[in-house]
Amino acid sequence: MNNNSMISIKNVNKIYNNLTALHDVSLDIQQGEFIALVGMSGGGKSTLLRLIAGLEQPTSGLVTINETDSKSLMRVMFQEDRLLPWMSVLDNLSFGSKDKNTKAHAQELLELVELTTYADHFPNQLSGGQKQRVALARALMTNPKILLLDEPLGALDALTRRKMQDLIMDICQKQNLTTILVTHDVEEAARMADRIIVMKDSTNSYEESCPKNRNSGQIGIVTDRVLSEILEEKPSQQRTA
Amino acid sequence: MQKPVTISDTRRKQFHLPVDKILPFLIPIIVILIWQVSSTFGWLSSSVLPSPMAVLQDGIKLTQSGELPKNLSISLYRATVGLLIGGGIGFILGFINGMSKTFRLLFDSSIQMFRNIPHLALIPLIIIWLGINESAKISLVAIGTMFPVYINTFHGISSVDPDLIEMGKSYELSKGQMFFKIIFPAALPQILVGIRYALGVMWTTLIVAETISASSGIGYMANNAEDFVDMETVVLCIVVYAILGKISDLVAKSFESFLLDWQNTGRSNI
Ligand SMILES: Nc1ncnc2c1ncn2[C@@H]1O[C@H](COP(=O)(O)OP(=O)(O)OP(=O)(O)O)[C@@H](O)[C@H]1O
Ligand SMILES: [Mg+2]
Repeated sequence: MNNNSMISIKNVNKIYNNLTALHDVSLDIQQGEFIALVGMSGGGKSTLLRLIAGLEQPTSGLVTINETDSKSLMRVMFQEDRLLPWMSVLDNLSFGSKDKNTKAHAQELLELVELTTYADHFPNQLSGGQKQRVALARALMTNPKILLLDEPLGALDALTRRKMQDLIMDICQKQNLTTILVTHDVEEAARMADRIIVMKDSTNSYEESCPKNRNSGQIGIVTDRVLSEILEEKPSQQRTA
Repeated sequence: MQKPVTISDTRRKQFHLPVDKILPFLIPIIVILIWQVSSTFGWLSSSVLPSPMAVLQDGIKLTQSGELPKNLSISLYRATVGLLIGGGIGFILGFINGMSKTFRLLFDSSIQMFRNIPHLALIPLIIIWLGINESAKISLVAIGTMFPVYINTFHGISSVDPDLIEMGKSYELSKGQMFFKIIFPAALPQILVGIRYALGVMWTTLIVAETISASSGIGYMANNAEDFVDMETVVLCIVVYAILGKISDLVAKSFESFLLDWQNTGRSNI
């Protein structure tokens, strides 16, 4: 085990009744690293994220966060937006933060996700993608050190999605966040992450490090390689198929 | 191109606004008119049903003599105190059982069994126990209003979206914060449904209780008038009950739209 890692997962199993959601997962994540978790639906990605967030305990194995005050440094953006329907967008952002200039910070973040005019709206007045952006802003509110994002950009159109990808990468880089991004979109993972972890058969079966400052050609190559790993095909077979 | 569109738009608005406000009153007004006309032309004998005007005059007379205000206030007092006690107990039981599995297992099935007894069937028992004084009427109202508040509070609290609770946990909310910031607001719509239902039960229970055993209150007034074949007062009491019921419904509704304004902002469900 690497003692310098921010998040350390060691031989973790998670069993729900008779269903094995995670099987012998071991993973070390360094401070400031951007990790993408990809894989088929039901592969255990959200479960792994919940274990890291401390919302559930592993059946066996160890999850260690290398910080004293771990939970308040960690923010989860869930797969569903989980906004409080009785609170305005602005109040949803302020939820759970205690500092004095909360409102100003919330306004700033709303600007980042391009929703300033929606501050007083209720969640049921927003589109799916707008709700996701509010949830993203809420996750960033308390200046976390670790950001856990579960399918944060699922409901967005291609253009907004690209903008939000850049926004997330920018924030993570500037604030030197340790980030775990769960996504179905392998290309998104190849664009954003330093390291891609493939979750398959309830375990992390494969990983791929991405080159720094990659161009679209490199992104394509990484995407193909990871995809073929998920589908258990060789790249050449994939092309002929 | 644009002009005709805007004209038809404003026209539609001019027609719609007053109609929305008048429509609910249309049927009561027509009924009262037909009733008055039938009485005036003698199609409806005053021994069967006195005319609206006669009922109104009776109301004015009884108001001036102080009899109506006195009985009205005693009825209101019983209704309010009964609702506060019953609703309070119902809320606390619903809260405890909604939050704690142990208490749920301990209490819920017994409460469900008790709930299936029509509370008006308890009238003889309560009269034997408590006589015909205030506590008898108030207890009946309390028992009647307790169950709708209990059931809806319990259901509201136990069916809060577990995703939202998990979200709260990720913010390390304390138990109290979890209740006030997430569970209570999420359960509030259901709790208010219970209170609104309880308001209906409150009046029905009180009418029956006051009619059977009381020496004051609107129900007593009606029963007393019946003994003297005072048709105007009998009908007046019925009208008063109708008005009281409508007022409590309006109060409950405005309470709801004030507390749940976030529900009315989204898509219309009509
Ligand atoms: N609370 C739970 N109780 C029982 N089974 C669960 C629970 N949470 C997850 N599972 C099961 O664990 C497995 C992994 O679920 P998980 O949500 O981690 O998948 P996922 O990779 O996030 O999938 P998706 O991409 O569809 O979100 C699934 O088979 C799921 O049914
Ligand atoms: Mg998931």
